[in-house]
Amino acid sequence: MSSLRRRKPINESSDSKHNEEEEDEDHDDVDADGDNDVNGKNKKTPSKIKKKRGEKPPKQPKWSCMDTCCWFIGCICIIWWLLLFLYNAMPASFPQYVTEAITGPLPDPPGVKLKKEGLEAKHPVVFVPGIVTGGLELWEGRECAEGLFRKRLWGGTFGEVYKRPLCWVEHMSLDNETGLDPCGIRVRPVSGLVAADYFAPGYFVWAVLIANLARIGYEDKTMYMAAYDWRLSFQNTEVRDQTLSRIKSNIELLVATNGGRKVVVIPHSMGVLYFLHFMKWVEAPAPMGGGGGPDWCSKHIKAVVNIGGPFLGVPKAIAGLFSAEAKDIAVARALAPGFLDNDIFQFQTLQHVMRMSRTWDSTMSMIPRGGNTIWGGLDWSPEEGNSCAKKREKKNETQIADQAGSENAVCKAKSANYGRIISFGKDAAEAPSSDIERIDFRGAIKGHSAANTTCRDVWTEYHDMGFAGIKAVAEYKTYTADSLVDLLHFVAPKMMARGTAHFSYGVADNLDDPQYKHYKYWSNPLETRLPNAPDMEIYSLYGVGLPTERAYVYKLSPHAECSIPFKIDTSADDEDTCLRDGVYSVDGDETVPVLSAGFMCAKGWRGKTRFNPSGIRTYIREYNHLPPANLLEGRGTLSGAHVDIMGNFALIEDVIRIAAGASGEELGGDQVYSKIFNWSEKINLRLDEEIPVHSSR
Amino acid sequence: MASVLRFRKLCYVESAVKCTSVGYESFEIDEKLDEKEEDVLSANNFALEINKKRKQPKRQPKEWRCLDSCCWIIGYLCTTWWLLLFFYHCLPVTLLRVPELPGPGVRLKREGLTALHPVVLVPGIVTGGLELWEGRPCADGLFRKRLWGGGSFTQIFKRPLCLLEHLSLHYETGLDPQGIRVRAVPGLVGADYFAPGYFVWAVLIENLAKIGYEGKNLHMAAYDWRLSFQNTEIRDHALTRLKSKIELMYISNGYKKVVAVPHSMGVIYFLHFLKWVETPPPMGGGGGPGWCAKHIKAVMNIGPAFLGVPKAVSNLFSAEGKDVSYIRAMAPGVFDSEILGLQTFERVMRMARTWDSIVSLLPKGGEVIWGNMDRSPEEGHVCDFSKKSHSKTSLTTNNVNNSDVKRGFLVKDLANYGRIISFGKPASVLHSSKLPTADSKEFLRTSTSENFNNFSCGEAWTEYDEMSRQSIQNVAADKAYTTTTLLDLLRFVAPKMMRRAEAHFSHGIAENLDDPKYNHYKYWSNPLETKLSDAPDMEIYCMYGVGIPTERSYVYKLSPNSRCKSIPYQIDNSVHGEDGSCLKGGVYFADGDESVPVLSAGFMCAKGWRGRTRFNPSGIATYIREYRHKPPTSLMEGRGIESGSHVDIMGNFALIEDIMRVAAGATGDEIGGDQIHSDIIKMSERINLGL
Repeated sequence: MSSLRRRKPINESSDSKHNEEEEDEDHDDVDADGDNDVNGKNKKTPSKIKKKRGEKPPKQPKWSCMDTCCWFIGCICIIWWLLLFLYNAMPASFPQYVTEAITGPLPDPPGVKLKKEGLEAKHPVVFVPGIVTGGLELWEGRECAEGLFRKRLWGGTFGEVYKRPLCWVEHMSLDNETGLDPCGIRVRPVSGLVAADYFAPGYFVWAVLIANLARIGYEDKTMYMAAYDWRLSFQNTEVRDQTLSRIKSNIELLVATNGGRKVVVIPHSMGVLYFLHFMKWVEAPAPMGGGGGPDWCSKHIKAVVNIGGPFLGVPKAIAGLFSAEAKDIAVARALAPGFLDNDIFQFQTLQHVMRMSRTWDSTMSMIPRGGNTIWGGLDWSPEEGNSCAKKREKKNETQIADQAGSENAVCKAKSANYGRIISFGKDAAEAPSSDIERIDFRGAIKGHSAANTTCRDVWTEYHDMGFAGIKAVAEYKTYTADSLVDLLHFVAPKMMARGTAHFSYGVADNLDDPQYKHYKYWSNPLETRLPNAPDMEIYSLYGVGLPTERAYVYKLSPHAECSIPFKIDTSADDEDTCLRDGVYSVDGDETVPVLSAGFMCAKGWRGKTRFNPSGIRTYIREYNHLPPANLLEGRGTLSGAHVDIMGNFALIEDVIRIAAGASGEELGGDQVYSKIFNWSEKINLRLDEEIPVHSSR
Repeated sequence: MASVLRFRKLCYVESAVKCTSVGYESFEIDEKLDEKEEDVLSANNFALEINKKRKQPKRQPKEWRCLDSCCWIIGYLCTTWWLLLFFYHCLPVTLLRVPELPGPGVRLKREGLTALHPVVLVPGIVTGGLELWEGRPCADGLFRKRLWGGGSFTQIFKRPLCLLEHLSLHYETGLDPQGIRVRAVPGLVGADYFAPGYFVWAVLIENLAKIGYEGKNLHMAAYDWRLSFQNTEIRDHALTRLKSKIELMYISNGYKKVVAVPHSMGVIYFLHFLKWVETPPPMGGGGGPGWCAKHIKAVMNIGPAFLGVPKAVSNLFSAEGKDVSYIRAMAPGVFDSEILGLQTFERVMRMARTWDSIVSLLPKGGEVIWGNMDRSPEEGHVCDFSKKSHSKTSLTTNNVNNSDVKRGFLVKDLANYGRIISFGKPASVLHSSKLPTADSKEFLRTSTSENFNNFSCGEAWTEYDEMSRQSIQNVAADKAYTTTTLLDLLRFVAPKMMRRAEAHFSHGIAENLDDPKYNHYKYWSNPLETKLSDAPDMEIYCMYGVGIPTERSYVYKLSPNSRCKSIPYQIDNSVHGEDGSCLKGGVYFADGDESVPVLSAGFMCAKGWRGRTRFNPSGIATYIREYRHKPPTSLMEGRGIESGSHVDIMGNFALIEDIMRVAAGATGDEIGGDQIHSDIIKMSERINLGL
């Protein structure tokens, strides 16, 4: 409204001063009954409206409120149309001139720069999108989704989410038992580059990379988007859609049509695990695998360039599965308590989201892997001693190094116990392990659910759990990576039963054990060997410098009846130990902690290890996060955040160089800003191929 | 809030149409919808209505200045429009949905049909989308945006010259010009809709999806339709990709053979593919001689242009067709206006002539198929199209009598369809002995003459600019051309284009198919110069609409406009035949689907390949399925569920049902064998072709 108020007098004064008396009245009217109209006022297309100019001075007309209102909107529309018309008539390169005038000449996008250097398209490129970023479209649906055939349900504008939310949730959910389509609903991944170039209009994922690759000559015949249904477990994408077979066939085609040049694969986020699975699948013999033979990867793949890869899982997934929230939601809840939990509107948003996301097997691929060995136990963690001084350093960079050092020392004294991924209450998170009384929840009786009948139709497995079960969970106080898996088994037995058939979270003792031939181990880098492809290269590219969720402080939810019984305790804050709003954070790219993204390339696969018997070379390329300098840069060309890094010019340049034929050494080898090597040292994981005496499995 | 957002967006889209149109339309809509909708709304609008009425008499200059009234009226319109939109979006989705006609998909699903054979769709010319991958500075910001098809064509209006430049190919090579890469849009989106709301494949896809088809067993073989067929392989590996896709679908769907559904030019593209895939590697795909038999169950050609279309002739010759010449007749000067400096045709022609694929649509088979100066297979065809569609109720006997009478009357004025281009009406009706004979040697002689006006016109756009005035006159003096001499004519007026294109296409009839020269790829897309592959279990369907007048031959004249860079010939739209004659607006019509004459679509299935012939040595079964055109009975039907016209037939329920049945496993005999409405059998018999 304020804009209206400002604008009207301007128009008015140019017309006449006679109307002034009535203006106030008019405004009120606009306030009163013009709301609908005003909300819509801004979007208008240009049209040829001819304005005629009458010369006679107006007498005092009897303007009713409605007339004024209309007059008003008319004026605004005309102005808007004029502007739009001008905007459309403006040459396309105009915004760039403006930007350059303000910020000085922009750096060339990497594609242009490298083209000038003479780089050309060489190796075909395969993109593997991650979770959530790929589009999904409807092929068959219930009645409520009529008219949405082959329209995007996920990705794009999400218009339908607002219009028919329950219908949307129903269609996006999978069958709770099988993890496949529910009866009568078929939602399929969008295929082609459009599947994941933009997640929503204007929110790029792969588009910038694609555009830059196109500059040096890439096009459809040399690029392939391996779109898959990211809700399914990896093996199920093959069972239902033959996605893995398609990827295999397409890679073979790319190699064949490009003169035998091997492909460069660029997976992002969960795509990293998916492609790990693919590499095992394609070489496994036919009934379970793709039957490509033992040297398929070395024949077809030049390099795997993992971007922000959660090799060892992400703690965020735990919070998502456990209570359908993460840092952002917890903060929102703290700011506006009651909004999300509002019973009046009967939203129960989180419950619906949880119910939906728990049917997605793929979320379980992101549960932290490697247990206490990797993620730390009750009293230690690889990131121990990580200080949160980074933030402060950013705030006043003039600070002397000494000071920072001393602060570090202080921090060390009271370091966060990152190993305790979930703790109930801040005390449990901080107390030394000997002080914590833990009552084992595993045998606890869940109690019958009294809430079941009253809770309308929302259904999560929490409703099967009685109060006793919930209490037992809270009594255990702290959970490390190992016991977390048990915890999830306890609170969501059906989901985990589905999940464990497809994923595994342990560390293999003996990789020769025939059990590891099963597909459920293929996406766990700690339970599979890399393929025998000594010429291949594996890169791990990720952003650093952003606080990333690592461990949580939980509390019991106050109203336990029909809602999720646990939630993040947003009141828990601690400057020194990186605890904010109930979340402990470490270095990372906002989603994946450095440890998960870097460990395999820093240590697990470095050199010839038992996970990497053929000695595939690995490289770590870290990108320090810098926020965009000004608004015109959009999401930043130096960003290190999980998705925004796809627009990071340095990363794009690296990717293009690799695609144009450069090796890891030519790129400059490792580029490390974080303490990933220190942390990896602390992890005590056997890497040589000796067979242990005892086998725990 | 959500709905408001939504509603704003829609405003954005629709108000362009809405608000530019004169306001009264929206008043009408108000009133209509008011009756239906809630009292609140009607009351609200009523108030507005009253206000308007009360104010209208007072809208005199002394009280309301023009500007104010203007603003007022626009505000009023917008407000009501927004209100209506708002309510529209508040309403439950199901309430306002137009009751859709239950497509064949639903019915066949109830019958128990399920997806069996994977389906490959092969789009035709023009309908496939093209997107930009690399362009000149003028196309800034269009990266991976559609230049052609799919989205709206707004860019064409915004920067037409830029677009024309980007859609053109290199005149010498027929490939990309330097610095421009325009590529086909891959996937089903490539050709499901040509423009928003104008479906091509979308209806078929939707119905196939009803019985269980989805991305894994439905594939759109998008290709760059501007290129010659072999060049799609050379530049984009389109044929290799198609081969790999078919093999993949065959394997991943439990070793079920593929049903291919090509449309229009896609038909000859697929014919090319079938030869290519079995040919050894340097030139072909190296699939081996059994590839088609192993992978393909049926080829269901929709509106096939097997033997070419006469439309392509007029397009190449003067960049116009029936529709264009009508417009020219109605509003002379729009296209030719020099004030605007548009020179639309010249530019369009310049672009179209760089597209090799159009040459693939020139009539094939020469005079044997299309008729010579005095006879044609369609001889005796009676053009009472209008009668047929209008008086369905009249008794059949009556009809027969009627047409008999007409035939008797018309015999004198029969169209000489064989003369595809004639200059002036006399040339099209006179007996051949009275006409000067066209002789290709004559062309050679004249082409050596001096091009004296070349330099005066600056840069040559089309090859017409390189012709002398004299030779242009000579062409017209030759009076009438048959299919064979037509090719000579084109070689004369556009030598470079024909040289380029004839390296890729051939339009003759093979004497001896075992001649090793027929191994060259330029013969693969001509059904009269290739053998079908050895796949006795395969089936070939020719499915096309009939009952619509289709361009068959043209009456031309010299263009009165002789300025630079103009096209020297145009269709003589003043020539009309007597009532009931097939000549209208300078165009002779025959039966067909509006683009492809029956002869071209049906001949191969009716005779050329029927049984074991030299073109079909393994005796592949052929079926003709004709669909009589019926215009949509009501507006609700949109473009009609029984349409027979070239593109709209893709929404014809009977055709869709046939395709679905075959895809679900039926054979040609099970869906009813031949279904013929036209005279195709009779016409085919008149064609004297050694089989």
